[in-house]
Amino acid sequence: MSGFALRVEDLSKRYRIGAPPKSANGGQAVLGRLAAPFRYLASTFRPPAEDEILWALRGVSFEVRPGEVIGVIGRNGAGKSTLLKILSRITEPTSGRAIIAGRVGSLLEVGTGFHPELTGRENIYLSGAVLGMRRTEIARKFDEIVAFAETEKFLDTPVKRYSSGMYVRLAFAVAAHLEPEVLLVDEVLAVGDAAFQQKCLGKMGNVATQGRTVVFVSHNLVAVQGLCQRAIWLHNGRMAGCGETAQLVSEYLSAARHANTAQMWPEPSAAPGNDKVRLHRLSVRPRGGTPADPITMETPLAVEVEYWSLSADAHLGIRWRFVTEQQAVAFTTASSELSLENDSQPLPPGLYRSVCYVPSNLLNEGLHHLTLLVVRNAGQVIFRLDEALTFDVLNSGARPGFRYSREQGAVRPLLDWTTQRVGDV
Amino acid sequence: MSSAPANQVVIEPSRGWASLGLKDVWEYRELLVYLVARETQGVYRQTALGLSWLFLRPVLNMLLLTFVFGRLVGVKSDDVPYPLFSLAALLPWGFFSNAVLRGSRSLVDNMHLISKVYFPRLVIPLAGAASGLVDLAAAFVVFFTTLLLYRMPLRWEMLWLPLFMLVALGFALAAGLWLATLSVKYRDVTFAVNFLLQALMYMSPVIYSASIVPPSLSFVYALNPMSGVIQGFRWALLGSGEAPGAAFALAAGLVLVGIVSGAYVFRRTERTVVDII
Repeated sequence: MSGFALRVEDLSKRYRIGAPPKSANGGQAVLGRLAAPFRYLASTFRPPAEDEILWALRGVSFEVRPGEVIGVIGRNGAGKSTLLKILSRITEPTSGRAIIAGRVGSLLEVGTGFHPELTGRENIYLSGAVLGMRRTEIARKFDEIVAFAETEKFLDTPVKRYSSGMYVRLAFAVAAHLEPEVLLVDEVLAVGDAAFQQKCLGKMGNVATQGRTVVFVSHNLVAVQGLCQRAIWLHNGRMAGCGETAQLVSEYLSAARHANTAQMWPEPSAAPGNDKVRLHRLSVRPRGGTPADPITMETPLAVEVEYWSLSADAHLGIRWRFVTEQQAVAFTTASSELSLENDSQPLPPGLYRSVCYVPSNLLNEGLHHLTLLVVRNAGQVIFRLDEALTFDVLNSGARPGFRYSREQGAVRPLLDWTTQRVGDV
Repeated sequence: MSSAPANQVVIEPSRGWASLGLKDVWEYRELLVYLVARETQGVYRQTALGLSWLFLRPVLNMLLLTFVFGRLVGVKSDDVPYPLFSLAALLPWGFFSNAVLRGSRSLVDNMHLISKVYFPRLVIPLAGAASGLVDLAAAFVVFFTTLLLYRMPLRWEMLWLPLFMLVALGFALAAGLWLATLSVKYRDVTFAVNFLLQALMYMSPVIYSASIVPPSLSFVYALNPMSGVIQGFRWALLGSGEAPGAAFALAAGLVLVGIVSGAYVFRRTERTVVDII
């Protein structure tokens, strides 16, 4: 036995990003515009300055044994995709090295190399060649690929007429039959329906039992836990942890949970706000729990704000805007809408507490940011704090449906349904 | 499955002037064929005339040149019918301009592939230049049909054609490699290529005969590889003019330098191409 299938040694990747622009007045702006092409030319020759550098990966080392399925977890921008890009030789590392024993296959995006005008048959050969398969090899596996993709009838139709589901199935089928020693997979499971996801996972499981190695990158912790014995946790380009998956996932989650579920400013003078309002305390927590407790889709929440009202005759109100990780506003709720206390009278200056109760089975899984708005006279926004609080809603697996990818939608309410037989065929 | 696979892949930053990795390119030769096929097939799908466009283009070009320069302007064509005279030049020129155009765009056009999967990047400009060969084959069919219509004989000198084609292919490849590399950092190249090709066409004997070039300029004129290639085509196919001489050998040498330097420059840019585009 060779000791490893994949060995990564002190791998780093540096990106050069544009320097922050300096503000300029009118005349300088015109000059700057004129000089831009020359500056651009010059910038490609000189070494990058400190503020232009972004380390997407820094000093990452790990080893994967043959036949092991290893997961890579971490937030957006943690370096997961960069790692896969280096391992699949799409881009070169800046320093360090990786050794892979055998052929590498990557499923970074399905449908790579498909040409919309060509037929399914032609595209199988083209895509196979792009992935590094020989013509004879593709011919040998052709029937198997077609059967897996369930597209027999449409082999001689241009793929541009395929439904997106068919397209994805065919593309995955080609890649899955590459039979590499090391397979790199990035979020392919986010596409396709639940049944197809199951099929892909099954295929990946097979790959692993044949002694092949899989590196699986995903946001979806349920899928990672289901597939991988061991995982790597990347944070800001560095290794934050490496070990048994269940253990690592729970560490990762608790780190994510504590990110920003509570904030406190002891003194009004140092607190965010203005001459009318200052914040004292913010928190989001399970109802009856603490901000450190985990939140799942089934958890009812309490979102709390304590603030100093500083002006004498204020009709202050609070609004919370729930923003999902995809930057979609799930909803906005206002204290004036359904308040348990009567706040129609002006409030004297003082410290106030507003609590908003969010029912269970309303939020979708994923990261949520809360934007705090303080309004006066039921409409005028006098203070706003973006990403005032951040919390992660977990999928406990209690709800049926897509297990391995997030169900679409800004919210995920649990609704009443009935289905009954109302007549004959 | 327990034995260690012999083919170990080591990924590390390459320093200085990397090797060309020609062995890797050879491994992926089938991809080269597929990319050329995709280029030609994909373009003509869902067109009413389909692959006939391959033949129509040289025919239409020839008719246009014959009408404007043969009839209206009255360009001297060395005692050869102007249609054949122009077609003999359009063979290598049509091939060359297509190959340079595709080669120079190849990296930027195939970014969706490059950013998603590994393969030797040299395959891409190679396929761009090679796809011009399909146009060339079609143009040859047109040429020999026309030759037959004029009842002109086949000549032994035609056996020299592969040599001239090789120089044209080499020149197209060299230009494609350099331009593709530059286009990654400077998109200006995409605009410049059309102009450069137009200028080069006027500097080559496509619409006129090389015999009108004054002797004082003839050496500099012959340093353009395409002028030698076109003269060679006319000489080999029609027996008009003279076979290109020593200056052509020098131009071919320059082409070789262009290919090698272009390939190395390309390889140097290749490793960071995904980070730039």
